[in-house]
Amino acid sequence: MKRFIGFVTKEFYHIFRDRRSLFILFGMPIVQILLFGFAITNEINNVDIAILDHSNDATTNEIINKISASKYFSVKQLIEREDDIEAVFKKGKVKAVLNFEKDFSKNLIKDRQATVQIITDATDPNTANTISNYVNSILKKYQQEQNKAITINYVIVSEPRMVYNPELKSVYMFVPGVMTIILMLVSAMMTSISITREKELGTMEILLVSPIKPFQVIVGKVFPYIFLSVINAIVIVLLSIFIFKMPVQGSLILLAFESILFIVSALALGILISTISATQQTAMMISLMGLMLPVILLSGFIFPISSMPIPLQFISHAIPAKWFIIILKGIMLKGVGLEFIWKETLILIGMTVLFMGISVKKYKIRLE
Amino acid sequence: MKTIRYIIQKEFKQIFRNKGMLPIIFVLPLLQLIILSNAATFEVKNIKFAYIDNDHSKSSRALIEKFEATTYFNVLTAFPTQKLASSAMLKGEVDVVLEIPSHFERDLLKEKKGALGVTINAIDGAAAGVENVYVSQIIQNYNRHIKTDLMQFSESQFQPVDIATIPLFWYNETLNYKTFMVPGILVLLVTMITLFLSGMNIVREKEIGTLEQINVTPIKKSQFIIGKLFPFWVIGMGLLTIGLILARLIFNVPMVGSLLLMYLYTSIFILVILGMGLFISNFTDTQQQAMFIAWFFVVIFILMSGLFTPIESMPEWAQILTEFNPIKYFVEVMRMVMLKGSGFIDILPQLVKTLIYALLMNGLAVWSYKKTT
Repeated sequence: MKRFIGFVTKEFYHIFRDRRSLFILFGMPIVQILLFGFAITNEINNVDIAILDHSNDATTNEIINKISASKYFSVKQLIEREDDIEAVFKKGKVKAVLNFEKDFSKNLIKDRQATVQIITDATDPNTANTISNYVNSILKKYQQEQNKAITINYVIVSEPRMVYNPELKSVYMFVPGVMTIILMLVSAMMTSISITREKELGTMEILLVSPIKPFQVIVGKVFPYIFLSVINAIVIVLLSIFIFKMPVQGSLILLAFESILFIVSALALGILISTISATQQTAMMISLMGLMLPVILLSGFIFPISSMPIPLQFISHAIPAKWFIIILKGIMLKGVGLEFIWKETLILIGMTVLFMGISVKKYKIRLE
Repeated sequence: MKTIRYIIQKEFKQIFRNKGMLPIIFVLPLLQLIILSNAATFEVKNIKFAYIDNDHSKSSRALIEKFEATTYFNVLTAFPTQKLASSAMLKGEVDVVLEIPSHFERDLLKEKKGALGVTINAIDGAAAGVENVYVSQIIQNYNRHIKTDLMQFSESQFQPVDIATIPLFWYNETLNYKTFMVPGILVLLVTMITLFLSGMNIVREKEIGTLEQINVTPIKKSQFIIGKLFPFWVIGMGLLTIGLILARLIFNVPMVGSLLLMYLYTSIFILVILGMGLFISNFTDTQQQAMFIAWFFVVIFILMSGLFTPIESMPEWAQILTEFNPIKYFVEVMRMVMLKGSGFIDILPQLVKTLIYALLMNGLAVWSYKKTT
């Protein structure tokens, strides 16, 4: 035990001596969470659109005014000919063009119907679809105003109740995700080189002939990093609460416990990477290249998992970050206790044990 | 010239000798391109839908059938009480709950109106908005059906006006996410590989101590740097090529514009990234520090590139920051050239900015390299 404490102390010294790395380690997550919390949103605002108005009458002008008055759109230019649509799209200046047919107003009065094309640049399908829906709803509203005289009362009314996030803030979606990504990658990257560095610098031999057991080496390596990551986690949680007004409906203690669990699982994954790679470079590349995009794309951070093809949903189960995001949203936004997230918690515990177990086993093989 | 050639040869040999790295450089990115491109979709489907039917009437069943008929909703079994439904929503088993009050049918027939309760899990605000639209569309449809069925809706003497909207989705009529995401993810992978490799490379020599040895050789610094970075430039271009071929063969991503233009742009873009890698290398002492910093920038570049979330929706200051994001330009150029067929003149602003960026980055890198050694 004394030997083990000595080893852990040595590891602590090792980390805290390197002030530059510490500065990077604590500074980066703060900058990132501030930057992303304020900047990233999947709402659509201020989209530049162009108008091609073949009719140019009172009605179309009124509609155009309504559209530019909404916070979603700003009318950037008026174009004259059909051919120009292609040109403005190719320059990437505007995302959509509204094309009003000739005699719009006249047709509306005479035939009770007039047509407008909503042409969107669908190279970004999500934005295109949203723009199309928004324009449509503005037009429908205008149409209803015109039809006020004829009361079409919908017989069934429904009041949707948006629970857990009534204002539909996208920051509630992004803050837990960013938190997860930062903790996951920083933790995994920290430990992924811990053993390879010893191999590369030649100090591994010394470690191997020392009487410290493989299990102790692994735990001793993880231990100091838990402190660093916990401090990181605390800073991030404080920032999300005080700057982004994230609620923590559930228990803070549970949140702390789950965060530590997640950090340990990520650190254990890093150790696992460390035991299987020969050089620091390989270890870093595996933890960065191997984890970054899968964690961003498959964790449910940005893209809804339920919309993915079944095999990918299956793969997403193997991403620890996915479970932690569910846990975070559960505690912070839904205010649930352990009785609702015990499954996710058990999965994280299982993964941690698995990563640790394989690491110890791999490490032993090297010993022989 | 000869010296540069030798270094390049040496670097290539080093890369190809390291058997552990080869799959990471060449297989991992392509595998991710193929797998992860399927994950990136904003479509909202398979919504977990549950209902509480307190009425058990013909009308309530007809309404639920409407939900069952659509492909968006996965209709789950009914819940007997609101409490059980709420608990299921807390567990994350349900996204949308429809509550039909008792006497729904009676009120409908007698008072010609009815009220429904709809509860939506709104943690993902964007998805909740879409779900709300789907639900109200179904309810409106049902409304029309009742009007004609139950109430003998009389033709009004005055026909309402109707503005017909025709949505046209140019360059991607079927709103196929892969057309858009595959090139974007390819950009991310090429950037990551070239940045990480170059960022680690020189600092590694520093860490191991071989940089000192090189410094005492007669080789010029510029020769050394060009020799070091050229192999990574080749790897980046190679990855792009294989990625584009896979995008074409597997995902059927179109290449409307000029392939040559795409390559011209990429060749300059990779220079920006290599300059950055070199710059990072100069300012760090260990490979780990270098990687932390590279990671820091890559995450910012990725999340603020306009690939996953629109740039226009960001606050003004953040939009200004994205001007310094090389990935933003690459994503723009990819979209413009590959999908819209934009020409040289169209992408000239992006091209010029990237070129200036490349000169600046590499200038800084070479300058700081001289200073630190």
